Amino acid sequence: MRVQYELEGVGMRYDGAAVLENVTLRFPQPELVTLIGPNGAGKSTLLGIMAGLRRGFEGRCLLNGRSVDRWRRREFARLAAFVPQTLRFDFPFTAEQVVLMGRTPYAGGFFDSREDWQAVREAMEATDTALLASRDFRSLSGGERQRVMLAAALAQRPAALLLDEPAAFLDLHHQLMIYELLRRLAREGLLVIAVTHDVNLAASFAGRVVALRGGRVLADAAPCDALAAERIREVFGVPAEWLTRRDGKAWIAYGD
Amino acid sequence: MGIDPLTPGRAARILTVTALFALVVLVLTPLTGPVRIDLAKAWRGEFPDAQMFFAVRWPRTLLAMLSGGALALAGVLFQALLRDPLASPFTLGVSSGASLGAVLMIVLGVHSLLGLPALWAGAAAGAMAVLAVVITVAAEGRRVSSFTLLLAGVAVNSIASSLIMLLHNLASVGQSFAIVHWLMGNIDPVPAPVLTGLALVVLPVSAAACALGRHWNLLAVGEEWAAARGASPQRLLLAGYLAGSLLAAAVTAVTGPIGFVGLVVPHALRLLIGSDHRVLLPASFLAGGAFLALCDTAARTLLSVELPVSVVTALVGGPVFILLLRGRRRSLWM
Repeated sequence: MRVQYELEGVGMRYDGAAVLENVTLRFPQPELVTLIGPNGAGKSTLLGIMAGLRRGFEGRCLLNGRSVDRWRRREFARLAAFVPQTLRFDFPFTAEQVVLMGRTPYAGGFFDSREDWQAVREAMEATDTALLASRDFRSLSGGERQRVMLAAALAQRPAALLLDEPAAFLDLHHQLMIYELLRRLAREGLLVIAVTHDVNLAASFAGRVVALRGGRVLADAAPCDALAAERIREVFGVPAEWLTRRDGKAWIAYGD
Repeated sequence: MGIDPLTPGRAARILTVTALFALVVLVLTPLTGPVRIDLAKAWRGEFPDAQMFFAVRWPRTLLAMLSGGALALAGVLFQALLRDPLASPFTLGVSSGASLGAVLMIVLGVHSLLGLPALWAGAAAGAMAVLAVVITVAAEGRRVSSFTLLLAGVAVNSIASSLIMLLHNLASVGQSFAIVHWLMGNIDPVPAPVLTGLALVVLPVSAAACALGRHWNLLAVGEEWAAARGASPQRLLLAGYLAGSLLAAAVTAVTGPIGFVGLVVPHALRLLIGSDHRVLLPASFLAGGAFLALCDTAARTLLSVELPVSVVTALVGGPVFILLLRGRRRSLWM
């Protein structure tokens, strides 16, 4: 199953103030795209619109040719999975139960099928969360929670994965692990769109970077163009420089 | 323990244990009381054991079980849809509405309404009025969320409570006694048609709520989370609020407000079996019913005078709950 997103003139206002204006973007093929921009640039709003969670936007946002607000939620959820930045609740659900919730769009009977459990097991192995299965979700660290939420989205077996800062609370090892996983998923045919503040993660792993500022698209290109030093200055108002590491790879340094 | 995955076997085990518990309570509580009943004689239909058992005490136990079950289940629903473990069937004003209706009937001196005893009819009408107001306010202009439900519910709850105090203030001494008696909540003997009517509301609504177990799991975690997993939080919120309110309203109309069942039973069960609503809901219904029937039995047998059952639910339920909280680290059963 392939997915295509087409956004045309997408805008969003909260109480009259535009947080997103005239965004036109196309995501025609599987790849890893990162969405960057300063706080308040409209990244999360854009992601929320694409995930079908924000209604009342202007313009058109089509998933496989059909407007995101015209899909039946159950069918939509089999195609596109959204991973929030955090999740807070006050009930004793285990990590495994949270991952199993990703299977809801496929639920047929009262109990979970063998396929459901298979999907849960694979998703938890891929995100290095199998050992957390029986832990109370509320007792997990921020980074562990993020990996469990990603596992829930993977258990959903989507064709598109929309992630709001999936590495925000992760340690260095798991930041790299998750982005390697996202890149692998993109190569296997998933469209992966991730909001991030880490320009180096964006540069090393993404095939395409979309930069937003003030609700508008400032750049939409390969990392070397979208994250060029002058672009970073333009988007974030911060001086930046591309350095070459000893192994020849590039590294972006920023700040004075 | 609540950490194991919910397999059909585990669900069957949990529900068998809670159902057996409820069954034992259903048979034993009618046997308890100042007059001894011989179960064998009652079974053979001998006077007076059979009359005492089947006509007097059994309906009372049934009323307690239906009420307790409905309140516990409504508690689970409200806790899930408000994402607040401290929510109860009464948080959103249904019971205040019912009480206001009943108190109004007492103050107006109406004894029967539409062929029903006025207290029940008034309470049911009051609860439905609150339901309508809360939904209208919560849904106005924007989409229903747990937040708008909570704000509307709490506001209506306060208004109804103030009106009750106002009416109470205006009431005569005799009416005042009746009002206080109603507000304490009681499992009083009721005629068979009332019991049947209550069952006809409580059982289908409870069954429907249990069937949506998987979706309450999503809603308990978050509205956006539910939407992104293919559920419609709007519809779930409305369905949950309607189901929980119908249950609480039907029970409160007959018994008056009985607190604590809808709070303590769901919590205790979550500690024992976890949060999966597919099994938490039916287990809460069975355990809540048994709990209230036991409390009612205690209320009518502990002292020579009958105690208000809501006093017993809190005095028995509170310490049991604290023990459960303390023992949580030691592993329990299932």
